[in-house]
Amino acid sequence: MNFDLTDERQMLQDSLRRFLTDRYTTQVRNDILNSDTGYSAEIWTQLAELGIIGALFTEDQGGYGGAGFDIAVVFEELGRAGVVEPFLDSAVLGGGLIAALGTEAQKTLLEQVIDGSLLLAFAHGEPASRYDLSHVQTTAKMQDGSIVLSGRKAVVVNAEAAGFLIVSAREDGAVMDQDGISLFLVPADTPGLSLRGYPLLAGGRAAEVELDNVSLRASSRLGVAGQAYPVITERAAAASVALAAETLGAMETATVLTRDYLQTRQQFGRPIGSFQALQHRMADLLIELEQARSAVINAAGHLEGEPYQRELHIAAARNLVARTGRLVSEETIQLHGGIAMTQEYELAHIAKRITMADHRFGDADYHLEQFIDLSTT
Amino acid sequence: MDLSFSAKEQAFRAEVRGFLADKLPPELAQTVRDGRGLSKDTYERWHALLNEQGWLAPNWPKEFGGCEWNAVQRHIFEDECCRAHAPRIVPFGLSMLAPVLQKFGSKQQQDHYLPRILSSQDWWCQGYSEPGAGSDLASLKTKAVRDGDTYVVNGQKTWTTLGQYANWIFCLVRTDPTVKQQAGISFLLIDMDTPGVEVRPIILLDGTHEVNEVWFTDVRVPVENLVGEENKGWTYAKYLLTHERTNIAGVGFSQAGLAAVKRLARSQMHRGRPLIENPHFAARVARAEIDLMAMSTTNLRIISGAAKGQAPGVESSMLKVKGTQIRQEINDLARRAAGVYAMPFASEAVEGSNESPIGPEGTTHVAAQYFNNRKLSIFGGSNEIQRNIIAKVKLGGGA
Ligand SMILES: Cc1cc2nc3c(=O)[nH]c(=O)nc-3n(C[C@H](O)[C@H](O)[C@H](O)COP(=O)(O)OP(=O)(O)OC[C@H]3O[C@@H](n4cnc5c(N)ncnc54)[C@H](O)[C@@H]3O)c2cc1C
Repeated sequence: MNFDLTDERQMLQDSLRRFLTDRYTTQVRNDILNSDTGYSAEIWTQLAELGIIGALFTEDQGGYGGAGFDIAVVFEELGRAGVVEPFLDSAVLGGGLIAALGTEAQKTLLEQVIDGSLLLAFAHGEPASRYDLSHVQTTAKMQDGSIVLSGRKAVVVNAEAAGFLIVSAREDGAVMDQDGISLFLVPADTPGLSLRGYPLLAGGRAAEVELDNVSLRASSRLGVAGQAYPVITERAAAASVALAAETLGAMETATVLTRDYLQTRQQFGRPIGSFQALQHRMADLLIELEQARSAVINAAGHLEGEPYQRELHIAAARNLVARTGRLVSEETIQLHGGIAMTQEYELAHIAKRITMADHRFGDADYHLEQFIDLSTT
Repeated sequence: MDLSFSAKEQAFRAEVRGFLADKLPPELAQTVRDGRGLSKDTYERWHALLNEQGWLAPNWPKEFGGCEWNAVQRHIFEDECCRAHAPRIVPFGLSMLAPVLQKFGSKQQQDHYLPRILSSQDWWCQGYSEPGAGSDLASLKTKAVRDGDTYVVNGQKTWTTLGQYANWIFCLVRTDPTVKQQAGISFLLIDMDTPGVEVRPIILLDGTHEVNEVWFTDVRVPVENLVGEENKGWTYAKYLLTHERTNIAGVGFSQAGLAAVKRLARSQMHRGRPLIENPHFAARVARAEIDLMAMSTTNLRIISGAAKGQAPGVESSMLKVKGTQIRQEINDLARRAAGVYAMPFASEAVEGSNESPIGPEGTTHVAAQYFNNRKLSIFGGSNEIQRNIIAKVKLGGGA
């Protein structure tokens, strides 16, 4: 047994942490949050040059990582700094799906994904699907040798910046069937594709995506017709490792900020950290944080494993981290008092990142149900 | 024991309900129901409607133009208002300053300020907290130095709710720095149009402009704006805290919030069924409702005691803690129920935006409200301070 990072991952962590500490300051990040694009193209490119996107892909795919532990290392650091740039959507999801399913021709896009010049978005969830991955109502029909997509996609993160959307659509079967779902590479400028963009509460942007008889060449299908579901689940699992690790990093920042504040804020002539009522609350947070760290390690370590174990550990980690996340974000705000309620203060953004991660790829209840289904059969 | 309201109380409830059905403008109720922030005009419109009916000041004695309702009637009124999605009555002038003026103010102050509160001519805000004086309010530093017929005020207040709408602020200021902290504080009324008063916005984490910093630089305030005696301000502030705690539990808000959660969960689908049928979610909602039912009765127990003249003591603190826990839990349920549609940021969380909402009905503001209502356990005496009070009374043999 060895819980140390490999030398490569240690270097990755160090260089990413150094970069973000120097460059991704609260001020820089607040400017990004207020920008029209919702992310910084400059920081994105610099992080790509630093190899952060490459770390999310395997060597065959043109990267130098791509395993659960690589994802966890990267996202923990991103979470620590409250980074809003679309690593999850463009790389883990968009790039990951192309890498898993694409033809050699389609996979040539990966080079641009890894160097940061091409952004992607995964247009999968729909207004009525909530977190169910097999709930796909958008249709794909063959017409005179072309594929025609019709439907609506909900809260597609990073859709406006993406050069291609990876759109799921049903070629066969009923709305909730796992069989019959395909993925398509849809260039952003395809006629019939329209976006209604908006900012997200925790930073970044998303869009409601309308597909009104979007006509595509048959070569834009990713993988075998109707067989995309297992790959979607595998990438959702990778996204869950990323989200859990990001939340872990954000919780580390939240607790560090709180510890420092408790030591400096004076009321009644003494630091508020000298009140035992608050000391115990802080101690509880630190206990839960270590639980979360272990759950993330479990999930990351099983990402490449066999699907049952993978899904079990993913569900466990997401449920535990969601519970811990709520506790940490609420308690750290409370322990600060009014100051943490202000937009400007670092913790406000961090707490929003923690909480809103619970709304992507399943919340605490969704993962609890997943876990019950898996652990009782 | 009898859990039902008396015939008289029930008749009163019917009267209130009838008034709300008649007079509360539906578009106004819709804004409240959507959970959007309200503009100054909206508040004033609602205040005017209540004032016309003579119901703007439920807690004031009749001699000052109030209803002089007892605690049970006030509860019924607040309850019905919440149910009907009426805007809340802005408390600063009506239920914070007015009782102090009525008890400790001069006849002149009463005659001048109280009618202007009822007519909405004046909008008051509360200037207690300072950057260095939150829970430890008595450590406040804003000072007022006597200079002939005026006080010269210097310092900074913060967290001033809706200060951007206000033209007057009631402040706790230090008039004697040489004595024990509590003994050197005075209660001063300051016209915000006076030179040297500056209001700066603070944007909260949900993007709303609800609170402000208020800065005072050599602000000259006539001595007749002092309430009561110099250096007795702490006593007046404490009087206010112990007497204006009727709606501290927020039962009506919680009931309205829970109804909204259920509506949303009936329309949101989960695995092909309405979310409300999902056992995990339903269990969370049920727990909140069970807690709320019990707390609602605790609230009535205290209210009915108060109507008989018993002053609520440590029970206020208990209601504050429990009430805010329940409200915050309901906010969390609403956020969860909204699913992915909790993520969009509605840039116009306040009324006046014409853009159609992004997600389904009832999802637009839930996440913002979840974050905004973290304030409930921080202000009005934080929940930790309330626990200190409970522990002191119950364990330490204190007051
Ligand atoms: C949205 C909002 C609106 C507000 N509106 C107004 C307003 O209109 N007018 C106004 O005057 N004020 C207003 N306030 C201020 C509010 O009253 C203060 O935030 C509150 O008193 C807490 O003070 P603080 O924020 O400085 O926190 P602090 O007092 O610094 O407390 C920080 C933490 O330490 C804890 N703590 C402090 N002392 C103790 C102790 N002895 N034992 C255990 N724990 C302790 C607190 O509970 C909290 O968790 C508002 C605040 C908010 C957030």
